[in-house]
Amino acid sequence: MGEELKLFRTWSSRYALRVVHALKIKDLEYETIFEDIKNKSTSLLEYNPIHKKVPVLVHNGKPICESLVILEYIDEIWKQSPLLPQDPYEKAMARFWAKFGDDKVMPSIWSVFISQRKDQEEAIAQAAGNLKFLEEQLTGKKFFGGETIGYLDIAFGWVANLISILEEIADLKLVDAEIFPLLSAWMNNFSDHPVINECWPPRDKMVEKFKAMREPYVEKVA
Amino acid sequence: MAKGNVQLLGSWVSPYSNRVQMVLNLKSVDYEFIEENFYSNKSERLLKANPVHKKIPVLIHDEKPICESLVIIQYIDDVWTENGPSILPSDPYDRAIARFWAAYIDDKWFPCIWVILLSDGADAKKTAALEEFNKGLALLEDAFIKCSKGQKFFGGDKIGYLDIALGCFLGLVRLIQKMDNISLIDESKSPNLFKWAQHFSDDDAIKVVIPETEKLLEFAKVFVAQVKASGINK
Repeated sequence: MGEELKLFRTWSSRYALRVVHALKIKDLEYETIFEDIKNKSTSLLEYNPIHKKVPVLVHNGKPICESLVILEYIDEIWKQSPLLPQDPYEKAMARFWAKFGDDKVMPSIWSVFISQRKDQEEAIAQAAGNLKFLEEQLTGKKFFGGETIGYLDIAFGWVANLISILEEIADLKLVDAEIFPLLSAWMNNFSDHPVINECWPPRDKMVEKFKAMREPYVEKVA
Repeated sequence: MAKGNVQLLGSWVSPYSNRVQMVLNLKSVDYEFIEENFYSNKSERLLKANPVHKKIPVLIHDEKPICESLVIIQYIDDVWTENGPSILPSDPYDRAIARFWAAYIDDKWFPCIWVILLSDGADAKKTAALEEFNKGLALLEDAFIKCSKGQKFFGGDKIGYLDIALGCFLGLVRLIQKMDNISLIDESKSPNLFKWAQHFSDDDAIKVVIPETEKLLEFAKVFVAQVKASGINK
């Protein structure tokens, strides 16, 4: 039975990267369609008319949208290298923390990146508080998933990839190895994993992109 | 069927708390309901159970807390597997669709209800929120047709995850309809959802949970005034 898998993504989308990681860990073959955000394809708009965003996974012609929904779908269809824990409580915790990452951690990091002076100081305190929860979750573990990369590691992949880029551009340190030893170690372990490493978007392009995104916010305070 | 000690920290007012009560009822799970003051003077118990968000609902199962209503519902479904049919669809693709729409409801649609409830009639924000609400409703009407496959609920012939994710807001919808004298889920514009709302609210597991409009009206008068006075957003 031919399984047809297509992934609509952009080169930089941290949400699409989650799906890339999951597909690689499960060793699945798929076709990649790179989208230009400024000129979205008809196919993307047909497959995701509600949000008009990447990623979209199309499995045998049927589209699945929203990265965390896609991760669960992949895990349910392809049983090798399970991503979510089997235990219902551990599964609930993974889902809880993934949502926390998207709803609270990411916006708080972004606030640090685009704010200045006093606002930035407050934003840093907020972000540090959020990161402390992540640090606690890694107690006694190499990955959020335990010994191997799982759903929550993939959900937090943007932390490993993006934070150092934002730190470089904004010239500050958010994840200090002395304050967040476990999180720092996790960022290295995750990034160094062969499956993850070969999918990282080119760093110089990322720096260029995020520098441009920060521009409007920096100029306002000048 | 006893599977350990179950407590729910929630509130009769909160649609998110209502979601969990509905599922516990559908699964015939015995639980202790603890009414929490969710918007001021939060109890030590709540702050300890949910240190991250400090919000209800929190399900405490054998002293282990689980937070976030949609996470809780899936947890109940994963644990009480012998207590009736699964809340989530059995087919993985249908499950993905149900999860997609539940996320849409929470991220995009519910914020509109909040604005409608808290803004004054003349406020441009209210008009804009109503427009967004109606756009969302049209999408959900369409989603219902696809998911229900001709049956009474999003979940088919039985109430499921998406019915609960959406249905928990019917109390607030009715409140706004009464307060503002408008029809939000209109029989002519959303005939399927109109009928669905009736079937959903009539279910024994559900009708005891959806707050009565009169009680909500009394509560809303006090609450809306407090929110406006303090300027808190949510």
